[in-house]
Amino acid sequence: MNLRYSESEERFRGELREWLDRVLPTVGPPPAIDDWPGRRAYDTAWQRMLFEAGFAGISWPKELGGRGASPAEQLVFLEETERAHAPYVGVNFVGLLHAGPTLIAEATSEQRSRYLSPILRGDEVWCQGFSEPGAGSDLAALRTRAVRDGDDYVVSGQKIWTSHAEVADFCELLVRTDPDAPKHRGISWLIMPMDSSGLEVRPLRTIYGSSEFSEMFLDEVRIPVANRVGAENDGWRVAMVTFSFERGTALVSELLQTMELLESLVEIARSTGTEGARPWDDAGIRRELGHLAADLDALWSLTKRNVTQASRTGVPGVGGSVFKLHYSEVRHRLGDLALRILGRASLSFDDVGGARSGDQVHGWVHAISLSIAAGTSQIQRNILGERVLGLPRER
Amino acid sequence: MDFELSDDQEALQEVVRKLCAGAFPMATIRSLEDRGGVERDLWRRLADAGVFSLHLPESAGGAGLGSCESVLVFEELGRALVPGPLVWTHLAAGIVDGAATGELVVGGVERRGPPGRRTPLVVEHLAALDRLLVLDEAGVWEVDSAAVAGEPVQHPLDPLTPVHVAQELPGGRQVAGPDTAAAWRLEGAALTSALLVGLAGAVVDTAVSYAKERRQFERPIGSFQAVKHLLADMLVRAEVARAAVYAAGAHLDDPGIGDVHRAIAGAKLMAGDAALANGKACIQVHGGMGFTWEVDAHLYVKRARVLDTIFGPVDAQAEAMAELI
Ligand SMILES: Cc1cc2nc3c(=O)[nH]c(=O)nc-3n(C[C@H](O)[C@H](O)[C@H](O)COP(=O)(O)OP(=O)(O)OC[C@H]3O[C@@H](n4cnc5c(N)ncnc54)[C@H](O)[C@@H]3O)c2cc1C
Repeated sequence: MNLRYSESEERFRGELREWLDRVLPTVGPPPAIDDWPGRRAYDTAWQRMLFEAGFAGISWPKELGGRGASPAEQLVFLEETERAHAPYVGVNFVGLLHAGPTLIAEATSEQRSRYLSPILRGDEVWCQGFSEPGAGSDLAALRTRAVRDGDDYVVSGQKIWTSHAEVADFCELLVRTDPDAPKHRGISWLIMPMDSSGLEVRPLRTIYGSSEFSEMFLDEVRIPVANRVGAENDGWRVAMVTFSFERGTALVSELLQTMELLESLVEIARSTGTEGARPWDDAGIRRELGHLAADLDALWSLTKRNVTQASRTGVPGVGGSVFKLHYSEVRHRLGDLALRILGRASLSFDDVGGARSGDQVHGWVHAISLSIAAGTSQIQRNILGERVLGLPRER
Repeated sequence: MDFELSDDQEALQEVVRKLCAGAFPMATIRSLEDRGGVERDLWRRLADAGVFSLHLPESAGGAGLGSCESVLVFEELGRALVPGPLVWTHLAAGIVDGAATGELVVGGVERRGPPGRRTPLVVEHLAALDRLLVLDEAGVWEVDSAAVAGEPVQHPLDPLTPVHVAQELPGGRQVAGPDTAAAWRLEGAALTSALLVGLAGAVVDTAVSYAKERRQFERPIGSFQAVKHLLADMLVRAEVARAAVYAAGAHLDDPGIGDVHRAIAGAKLMAGDAALANGKACIQVHGGMGFTWEVDAHLYVKRARVLDTIFGPVDAQAEAMAELI
């Protein structure tokens, strides 16, 4: 047990910090939240810069174009990019943090050489087409049907809540290849090009007011059999690998941003209200802020433990569900506290309550999505109860 | 950076687990209820196993280990519900002769704020003590525990932690200065948080096995989501707090890695919360049986309460954290 970063890890930090200090002044402000083409261009340009400097795919193996860095260096990367206020992974989330890692673990060498490098370069963006109107928590009930026709699957059905679909080039798609098999055994994991004919993407408006996700309608979309990852009807297992990254490691990249959100809330609590009656002068509020800091610190320590463990097995374990569940709850508490501190300034997504009050209001809405997306908190509790604690299933 | 236990650390954990299973099985713990919680022979067995001399150099008969290790040891002691002034005697080793070897049982109290009007002091285990240490801003004071005019409390909250109420303490001999006092507050909080996280983890195991056995509506109660989710939340609290507590140990050993005050305040807060909430949830899962004296569940939550009050309770640590953000 040793929490000190090694000399080589510190060297990596120095190198990265020096690079960030040099290039960040050349990166402009992020585009508006509903300017999707702008967001794609901004996020992928940043990814391109990381790639050219040798900082893309920190934890990906060297032979696949990554840096092959240690888990500790992954954390150093998060610490430094956050400290420097570098752009966030944005639309590259799916590609870099769970589709790519799934390909690394499960794809053929042809598939890896075709798809991985463009993700790292910021050339291609991915989205996730798992959920359907009738298959959310009960994902294995999905009905989007793929029928084999020569070298293609012909796919028809509907997907929903597909984040970043309107700017994606590829989609990790779960389809039913055997309707007669038990529901977990008739699923396959496909790579769908988003320019396929027969595919229609309709943006959905979220409670932010913007369109973070879409519906996808598939009408006889032809997807080459060569785009299948894993064996036919073994897609559920592959999807579990995807989830282990999505729940296990992907979310962690937000944690340090959240710490900063807390710091900025402390700033607001100290600088608003009248002298002697600032939110900060209220011991109850102060303690809740302190409590949240302890929770976030503990989650960062937990991340260090999870990442160290994952590096021994290659795939993150169920520690991800522990993280996701607690992180979502902490975000809910932080969001609720922020709104109380802001008072009526919380009635606006725009900054009206001192420095960056809009971020706090966004954070409150974001918390609401965290306990739903990527498996609701109830589902995470089922997973922990049944897979970790070994409790019997409900009949 | 590597946040996994080393082989040596795992072995140490195993040794303490065995020690506890051998010397402090639940039957023994329960029998200590009538004997004031501390028994000399058992105390010496803890000492012989090195529990109080973990940090002393090998030349002084200690194990020369760091706080990463002592945190692991105290987690196991907490898990086994071992009673007594474990943290104080550990702190006293090297300063009070006989503490490390288990010849003396050394307890302590914290004295906060300026002298003057105060609520009475509540002293744990007074009858079993050979020495009482008083920790305040100025340093550490050794007081003759026999000279403390304390009234025994008839109904202590934790049956394994008897307490006395003292209106004032006799003057004592200063045995360490303010720097040691400050260091003790940190280390005391870290070791107490380790005991707490041990409690928090122990009740997860107890509650889960009960939920697998106990049947209602023709099925194990652990299959009901309402119960399953309580248990999952208990697991999350224990795991998150454990990460914080291990990190606190690592910060004590190597303050260069970050703010040690913050690491310890956070650990104490998270562990206190986890132990209290898990202790109650464990009783809830046991239903009416959990409310009986006979079932052990109440002992954990009561001990958690005792430990939360020392070396900075949750509220004080939350204030401390707020100032450190
Ligand atoms: C912001 C956001 C982004 C998303 N992005 C994507 C994406 O990119 N790709 C994608 O495929 N999907 C995405 N999703 C979908 C997400 O994975 C699903 O919404 C989620 O899995 C829940 O499914 P559902 O919405 O059908 O809710 P339901 O499954 O209908 O659940 C409704 C309620 O019932 C509870 N419930 C359901 N089953 C159980 C049970 N067995 N036990 C206890 N409680 C239960 C749930 O916890 C929930 O509270 C996204 C969702 C959000 C909010």
